[in-house]
Amino acid sequence: VSFIPGGLDCSISFVSHVLGKVCVHGRQKEILSVLVPRLTDLTKSDCIWQRICWRLVECVPDRWMEAVVLGFVQRAPGADVLSRLLGNLVVKNKKAQFVVTQKMLLLQYGHTTAVLQNLLGYLALDSLRRALLIKVLKELLETWGSSSAVKHSPPEQQQYISKAILICLSHLKEPEIESCRQELLTSMMEGVKCHLDSNLPQIRRLGMIVAESISSKINTDGPVLKFQYEEDDEARELKSLLVQTPPFCVVPGPPYDDRNDETDAALPGELESNKKSHPAAPVKPEEESDAELDSDDDLIPYDMSEDKELKTKAPVYIRDCIEVLTGSQDVDKWEATVKALESLVRKNPAATREVSVELAKIVLHLEEKTCIEGFVELRQRAQVAILTADPKPVAKYLTSQFYSLNYSLRQRVDILDVLVLAAQELSCPKSDGKTKHSDAQKTRIQLLPGSDSSKDWRRIVDERIKSKTRRFATGRPQVERASGPNEFNSVAGHFFFPLIQHFDRPLTTFDLLGEDHFVLGRLVHALAILMYLAVNTMAVTAMGKALLEFVWALRFHTDSYVRQGLLSCISSVLLSVPAERLLEDMTEELLEARSWLGDVVEKDPDGDCRRLALQNLLLMENLKKKLKTVPS
Amino acid sequence: MALPPPDPQFVLRGTGAAIHTLHFSCGSQEPAVPVLFSGSENGFIHVWNLKTHRVDTALDGHGRKSVYCVETMGGKEQLLSQGRDQRICLWDLAEGRTAVTDSVCTENVGFCRCSLLKVAQGRWLMAMAAKALEEVQVLELPSKTSVCTLKPEVGAKLGMPMCLKLWQPSCGLQPLLLAGYEDGSVVLWNLSMGKALSQLVCHQEPVMSLDFDSEKAKGISGSSEKVLSIWSLNEQQNLQVYKTHKLVNAGISDITIRPDKKILATAGWDHRIRIFGWKNLKPLAVLDYHTATVHAVSFSDHKIPSERLLAAGSKDHRISIWSIYTQT
Repeated sequence: VSFIPGGLDCSISFVSHVLGKVCVHGRQKEILSVLVPRLTDLTKSDCIWQRICWRLVECVPDRWMEAVVLGFVQRAPGADVLSRLLGNLVVKNKKAQFVVTQKMLLLQYGHTTAVLQNLLGYLALDSLRRALLIKVLKELLETWGSSSAVKHSPPEQQQYISKAILICLSHLKEPEIESCRQELLTSMMEGVKCHLDSNLPQIRRLGMIVAESISSKINTDGPVLKFQYEEDDEARELKSLLVQTPPFCVVPGPPYDDRNDETDAALPGELESNKKSHPAAPVKPEEESDAELDSDDDLIPYDMSEDKELKTKAPVYIRDCIEVLTGSQDVDKWEATVKALESLVRKNPAATREVSVELAKIVLHLEEKTCIEGFVELRQRAQVAILTADPKPVAKYLTSQFYSLNYSLRQRVDILDVLVLAAQELSCPKSDGKTKHSDAQKTRIQLLPGSDSSKDWRRIVDERIKSKTRRFATGRPQVERASGPNEFNSVAGHFFFPLIQHFDRPLTTFDLLGEDHFVLGRLVHALAILMYLAVNTMAVTAMGKALLEFVWALRFHTDSYVRQGLLSCISSVLLSVPAERLLEDMTEELLEARSWLGDVVEKDPDGDCRRLALQNLLLMENLKKKLKTVPS
Repeated sequence: MALPPPDPQFVLRGTGAAIHTLHFSCGSQEPAVPVLFSGSENGFIHVWNLKTHRVDTALDGHGRKSVYCVETMGGKEQLLSQGRDQRICLWDLAEGRTAVTDSVCTENVGFCRCSLLKVAQGRWLMAMAAKALEEVQVLELPSKTSVCTLKPEVGAKLGMPMCLKLWQPSCGLQPLLLAGYEDGSVVLWNLSMGKALSQLVCHQEPVMSLDFDSEKAKGISGSSEKVLSIWSLNEQQNLQVYKTHKLVNAGISDITIRPDKKILATAGWDHRIRIFGWKNLKPLAVLDYHTATVHAVSFSDHKIPSERLLAAGSKDHRISIWSIYTQT
């Protein structure tokens, strides 16, 4: 096919026909792979060949135009080459225009970025075609900004359109931007809204990037829109599309690689120029100390290794700590005491037990006097230490304070956190002092053997519970743990029941059922965890019953965080209370809960709630199955 | 292998209050007893007998207000003391007397120690902080006539003078005054003209104490921060920073250079006394005896080098006496 005649007055239309027919039959690749490079070379400098090429494509019959144009756009090594090959075809031929401006951009989305670059670059290169470029941009923005498109079109298409928009923006010149600034702004606002409403993070990010780019184009001076999103390769690639390199790159590689190289080269240069000059040094003596004859050499220094920074000593006795924390004006000592408190309490449990409630009171009300790093954590750990040293009285004190007047939300939530952490510690077999929840539960929970689905939910429930408890240390994974008596057994009730007692009694400053539903949510989650930790304790059945009633009372709460907590409560009950006890003592509550769960699965607007409810139902089903298989 | 630092040669106890100032008078010949004067927070000046290690006399002249500066005026018969009762007292201690012969009312409520310089036989210049906040007044003693008042220029914002040092340049010119101020700068004043010759910002915090070596034209200042600053005076009478030395703990109350200009001692808020070589500020020793802030250090003026002593007075009511680097 490469026998394009050398004569100038032969008819090209025959060749066009052949070309068109071949292309439409699907042989674009073969013919164009030969034709395009040849034509590229020929048209590089020769105008006549350019005109011949244009004639060639113009004469292709309409019914085959699409295939030919598509092929050319895909094959051309660059926008400028495409421009040379196609000329103003898009302006002259309606079909070509349709293909280029509508079909390839809006109806198809499988083309590569290079193809997009070619296409849009081609549109940008000639003044006649630039009008088309702007038209294309407006249509793209319209699609980008339409909420139904955002909701229903596949993410790949949305990405394609976003890329196209960015490339268009990169081609736009100042006067053009000026003329359509208002439209750009309006479409950007609409589009960004739909994109941010989406649930998929990818769509949100696309929206953000495009909006940022538009904003930077239309507001060249003054503050531009800036979003916060994760910068990964995709984002970077998209952003790099905004910058156009001059069309001199011979290598038709993926466009953004070249641009990235350029920006990389620019960066070190920038850094060097930004280097600050060293501050002026003080006047230095000319003689260096080594060179000078030193008559001081005969003065031999003494050993100065003991010369260290002065540190205030922390008190060594618990009662001293109490003194310092309540009365002392010496801030250094106060700081040292706060830092040392937890370890002191843990080392002297007997001494702590003598003053436990007083100490707990002081630490609960401890305010940050000086700026200590990690003060909140230090205080919490100290409280946990005190609670574990003397659980009953301190738990009684803390739970009573939870419902008292004039505490801040932070303090109440603190109380809950401390109770939960201490419960965790107490219920864990003692090893080296550091507790790890997940290990313990593996050795304790052998409830339900199961099919894969049942294992799944258990893992998910565990994850959920784990995510609600803060961990300070994870420790090393340990295989075997020496077993010891469960210390939580004797005090589980003391932790649990007072918390559940007064939830419906509002105080002047604290109304769990009213505005303080954040605390209610935390309370519910804390109760779920306490329930979970109470497995194998004596009080577990009573706790389970009380908890189910509590859940029943609150089941229609509007806050989804609270509902999630309630559902975790049910999970904990199902997991902790032995199956026989569940069936015998709590049948009605279980049935009621079951019906509620079914309701939640179907009608609850929150996805997490529905999932949790489903898991609970599965749990119940498995429970039933297990009990059926056990001969009673 | 470096030796551990030495222990104090002896410790003087019995003041019953924090010691703020020390001054030796050991230059006189035998059979005169070497003596150490100490001023305490309870207003007493104790005269310590360095042979018996006991108090010979206790002088009460400041109405139980803290005494923060004690100097001798030519021998131990004449003493000058400065207290928080806003008075500078001159004592006559010859032949066992304990009388205040004269006093100067400073009307200054600060803590700036005065500085004495002997200009002629029987005549001294004394620089002290004056009534107005930023001013320093120089008096001639014993006539108590004012020589000049040194006022920093308006807007200089130097703050209170914290420490003073009068000195006579070796080329016989007029005496000059070095003053360290609250804003961390050291100013060199010309007394005859009453104006500042040079100002150098040495510290970010107030200058707590300074000392100057007129032979080498080099001085050192300490502050409440962790840095010791060494500065020099060039021919144009300009102060320049020569070197700085970073300390382990912040806070210096007192600095003094030994009369032979070989070593210097600093009194620290971290309860430690540090000894440095003066030539290059090489750290030589850290003397850790006291259990509270060391307020004052002083070198003795013994004629025989091997008998030289260093005294340190602290808030823990003790004065430690050290014999260190006495061989050189």
